[in-house]
Amino acid sequence: MALSENTRERRVRASLAPWLKGVLVALGSVSITMLGLLLITFIIGRVMPIDPVLAIVGERASQTTYDAVYEQLGLDKPLLVQFLYYLWDVLHGDFGMSLLNARPVSEDIKRVFPATLELATLGTLIGVLLGVPLGVIAAVRRGSWIDQIARVVALVGYSMPIFWLGLMGLLIFYGVLGWVGGPGRLDIFYQDIVPTRTGMILIDSAIAGEWGVFRNAFSHIILPATLLGYYSLAYISRMTRSFMLEQMSAEYITTARVKGMSERQVIWGHAFRNIRVQLITVIALSYANLLEGSVLTEIIFSWPGIGSYITTALLSADMNAVLGGTVVVGLIFICLNLFSDLLYRVFDPRSK
Amino acid sequence: MSETLTLRQWLLTDEPTSRRHARLASLYKGWLTLRGNTMAMFGLGILVALVLMALFAPFLAPHDPYVQNLGNRLQPLGSPGHPFGTDSLGRDILSRLIYGSRITLYIVTLVALIAPLAGLLVGTVAGYVGGWVDVVLMRITDIFLAFPRLVLALAFVAALGAGIENAVLAISLTAWPPYARMARAETLTIRASDYISAVRLQGASPVRIITRHIWPLCISSLIVRVTLDMAGIILAAAGLGFLGLGAQPPSPEWGAMISEGRRFILDYWWVATMPGLAIFTVSLAFNLLGDGLRDVLDPKEGSQ
Repeated sequence: MALSENTRERRVRASLAPWLKGVLVALGSVSITMLGLLLITFIIGRVMPIDPVLAIVGERASQTTYDAVYEQLGLDKPLLVQFLYYLWDVLHGDFGMSLLNARPVSEDIKRVFPATLELATLGTLIGVLLGVPLGVIAAVRRGSWIDQIARVVALVGYSMPIFWLGLMGLLIFYGVLGWVGGPGRLDIFYQDIVPTRTGMILIDSAIAGEWGVFRNAFSHIILPATLLGYYSLAYISRMTRSFMLEQMSAEYITTARVKGMSERQVIWGHAFRNIRVQLITVIALSYANLLEGSVLTEIIFSWPGIGSYITTALLSADMNAVLGGTVVVGLIFICLNLFSDLLYRVFDPRSK
Repeated sequence: MSETLTLRQWLLTDEPTSRRHARLASLYKGWLTLRGNTMAMFGLGILVALVLMALFAPFLAPHDPYVQNLGNRLQPLGSPGHPFGTDSLGRDILSRLIYGSRITLYIVTLVALIAPLAGLLVGTVAGYVGGWVDVVLMRITDIFLAFPRLVLALAFVAALGAGIENAVLAISLTAWPPYARMARAETLTIRASDYISAVRLQGASPVRIITRHIWPLCISSLIVRVTLDMAGIILAAAGLGFLGLGAQPPSPEWGAMISEGRRFILDYWWVATMPGLAIFTVSLAFNLLGDGLRDVLDPKEGSQ
């Protein structure tokens, strides 16, 4: 009895080992990628034509002040040592001081990030809720008018500049029709009513029970979120369609049909079940892309998120803020990629 | 008439008489397939028109794109002499769009040359040499691939300074990794083939093998990939221009024109709308042509 228990355990461990190894390899490669990311931002920070010391002390500082700050920043040390300092700081969440408002960059990022997260999450939700059914129907009714529409929707999405579409949306739905709130997260009248808990106004106002604020915030976020959702939809529906087509031509689908199963069960119970893992990895990728793609959208809609933060910093030559923001977006991007990769390895038996 | 008929027959022959003949014949057959694809031909037509527009800009543009006329600012669509209206400095929008096509083509051409060539170089060297060179080069490629592209381009432009050339450089720096991946994969399959061993036994140097025997075989898949990427390149360049990091005023770059028109979008909508339509048309054309080319060169992918 004990023996069979033992062998079973060994068998489980044997089947566990390959994917565990895969996970470790993935983790190792991700840490190297992150190191590379930090190396690139470090190099960008060093080759910049802006003198970081002058930016702090100003033009009129004496030579002694200049030298003191020069030493304080560690610029007299060898580059490798400087990089290690940089690495140490970043690992402790320290991106230096913003040159613009003399506050730690990490605090600024903590403040602006929830706005981006709120926008990208709602955008992905819209993209998934519309894109997945659209892709499935397009695959099942291949060549039908729905398939054609899905194709055109995706093609237009791939070809349209997002900032322009945002402007047109503002012009039509805010300027002409007045259906939605304008730029920004809230009307001035509603600002500072709800205490900040998560930084995501929709959630904060719901917790506080301030439904007037909630409605106002919703009227502001719906247009930019739909815009991002459209781009996510274009990608997700195409991928869903091609995954589904692959499944629908498989033999087990024919078998299921021959057995007399209803078409609905064949599609959702069989084919769709088998693309779930692939689909989740695609959604994770599209989420990562939205976090990044929100840079231009945030500017159009005066949305105080990380994209606006990086761009404003860029235009005022606040390099610590630019690089800090870049590192944060990059790290999130890499983590989401890792997440989708791990998911694939763990749940899809074909990847073993 | 009989001349063209024989040319057609010569091109469609099943028994090519020389290497050049075979290559021309396969090109012609590809062209025939592409010609049957209405949407791809539509895209190609737009692009040909774009190139002609850029070439003959001085003859086509009704006005000088830089001349300001403050007495004539923000004229609406269809006003006399200004079919697309004028912008906030009284410059003719149609003329600026026509001249802007030159900047768009300039950026796209440069990126489409730099990024695939860099990727080809890195990928083929990594694939052919193998060993630790392969590991290091592919690790660098993966790092760039894992980076969010627009944000990376922003950071590069921040370091290099704003301007068209720097925008081209920044976009290329973020665009090469997929080409390197592709070129490496192809090199790995080609490297194992018999004719490469034969050339090597004849004493050809690695440089010669890579440039003369491996590169030509990687080109066709690279071209498809580049065509499909063009739309993305145009959108990225327009995005940088919109942020004020690409072409600088008063240059009539389309993205920068949208940014100018953005300030009074609610009252004078056409100033930002027209350049946006231009960007959309061109990137749509590249997408249509790219889809068609993919169907010709890689039927397996296209049927999905």
